Amino acid sequence: MTEGGVNKGRRRFLGAATTAVGAVGVVGVAVPFVKSWLPSEKAKAVGGPVKIDLSKIEEGALVTEEWRGKPIYILKRSSEILEGLKDESHKSRLLDPESSNTNQQPEYVSSDSRSVTDDVLILEGVCTHLGCAPKLYYEVKPEPFDENWSGGFFCPCHGSKFDLAGRVYNGVPAPSNLKVPPHRFDGSLVVIGEDGGIA
Amino acid sequence: MSQNKHPLMAWIDARLPITSTYEKHMSKYYAPKNFNWWYVFGLLAMIMLVNQILTGIWLAMSYVPSSEAAFGSVEYIMRDVEFGWLLRYMHAVGASMFFIVVYLHMFRGILYGSYQKPRELIWLFGMFVYVAMAAEGFMGYVLPWGNMSFWGAQVIISLFGAIPYFGEAVQEWIRGDYLISGITLNRFFALHVVAIPLVLIILVVVHVLALHEVGSNNPDGIDIKKHLDENGVPKDGVPFHPYFTVGKLPAVTIFLFVFTAIIFFFPEGGGYFIEWANFEPANNLKTPEHIAPVWYYGAYYAMLRAVPSKGLGVIVMAAALAIPFILPWLDRSPVRSWRFKGWMSKVAIIAFGITFPVLTWLGTQPATDLYTNLARIFTVVYFLFFIGMPFYTKYEKTKPVPERIGG
Repeated sequence: MTEGGVNKGRRRFLGAATTAVGAVGVVGVAVPFVKSWLPSEKAKAVGGPVKIDLSKIEEGALVTEEWRGKPIYILKRSSEILEGLKDESHKSRLLDPESSNTNQQPEYVSSDSRSVTDDVLILEGVCTHLGCAPKLYYEVKPEPFDENWSGGFFCPCHGSKFDLAGRVYNGVPAPSNLKVPPHRFDGSLVVIGEDGGIA
Repeated sequence: MSQNKHPLMAWIDARLPITSTYEKHMSKYYAPKNFNWWYVFGLLAMIMLVNQILTGIWLAMSYVPSSEAAFGSVEYIMRDVEFGWLLRYMHAVGASMFFIVVYLHMFRGILYGSYQKPRELIWLFGMFVYVAMAAEGFMGYVLPWGNMSFWGAQVIISLFGAIPYFGEAVQEWIRGDYLISGITLNRFFALHVVAIPLVLIILVVVHVLALHEVGSNNPDGIDIKKHLDENGVPKDGVPFHPYFTVGKLPAVTIFLFVFTAIIFFFPEGGGYFIEWANFEPANNLKTPEHIAPVWYYGAYYAMLRAVPSKGLGVIVMAAALAIPFILPWLDRSPVRSWRFKGWMSKVAIIAFGITFPVLTWLGTQPATDLYTNLARIFTVVYFLFFIGMPFYTKYEKTKPVPERIGG
């Protein structure tokens, strides 16, 4: 092992041990740098629940509110629309018609209308593809992006399509239904971001 | 030179290698004598880098990186700061010009096989420069805090959402918030003005050092170091300075002429250099009607949109950016320049030269059925150029390369 007064084995061991300890130090020092990028306490505090008055909402007119910086869509739907959402031929065009992906809505919304009270739909207006705000095309009529359009949301960024319950169509880039935020009703008010611990 | 050196220069040289460094990289760096006009773009890229750094420092003196004040401070620069409009247009138009010259510089490398052995590292570091530029440009575009800034950032950061399991957490970490906010803007400012420029400068230095170690390629792909005169100087080489530098002055003048013409007469570049949706302040509740990246990312964006699946689209886009990195190892041709390659390489290079600009243009257009299908076709061509390269460069018949330039 010893050549010309140098113990190579020991030198290699000391070199490796120093490197290992140094690496642990580097990882330790990296922690504050990496963690400082997480949402700050202020950012978390601003993300508290918001209250919205539903009494002035009209059928077919989208109301956009803000929660945690995200657009929250509130839409009152007609009874014909609600019937259409249950139609099997319509549902066959959807990727997840029964809302089986449980990450996308609280468990207390019903499956076809994806809402608590049947008519009022509450959605996060954040496309599940790359986060643009999808636009409402409420009327049942041929649209440039779909000849058999039965009303819904169309994302201008990458052409993802959702029906009037926020359910995603087949063959578009978005992988899942639009998210329904946690919410609860309080008379004519709706509280977004809080559901009284139901979910 | 050493005989009649000024005593002060001799004093410095004994302490700091000024003269020898100057000789190594300028007066005794021998560039092939058959350089054509394609070889000006590296120099132009260097000029644009200096332009971006200088104007950027001056803009940072008046810009305020907060969600409340950013948009207003850009207006302030445009209207109230003496010559602020000029500095900003030099910077914004400069970014586009920087990408134009870099794209042409890269295409030159593809034409003449400048990435082949022994220049693999030059290409590799060049690609790192390109990626750093892309990140720099992206973050810079967010800073004016217009509506396109906001939604462009939203889309790009959402790409990370395609990562399985950690996607959501990674996005939150990058944004520092639940959605893009002033917090995101502030950190992008720090990265845009300090971190990435530092990285860029280091990468450019390494890129040039690697080039000067092995020497420049040329349009014939001939190795000029094979034929040296009695002093060890390549017979087909000329000193970089003054021959190349002065020789390219007319080209530099023409380029600056075009650059200034755009700054003064078309600073928005028809909505391609500065998108019109960005004249509206950021609105987190309203996506612009037609969202498109700045033109220089168009090709990747077109490829992302061409795939009707989130995960796959992101993978295709990432692969499109990654695959040029291995270009030096895909080319198995015994010759460098396309002048001596076979017809298959020529067709492939021309097809690639058409494909990339077409994809770039498609990426800036709305995603209609026709355009999406076109993007799909050209995405396939883009990948075929790279994936097919080991085969068509290996099996095609090449022409013999002359020993000497002009020989």
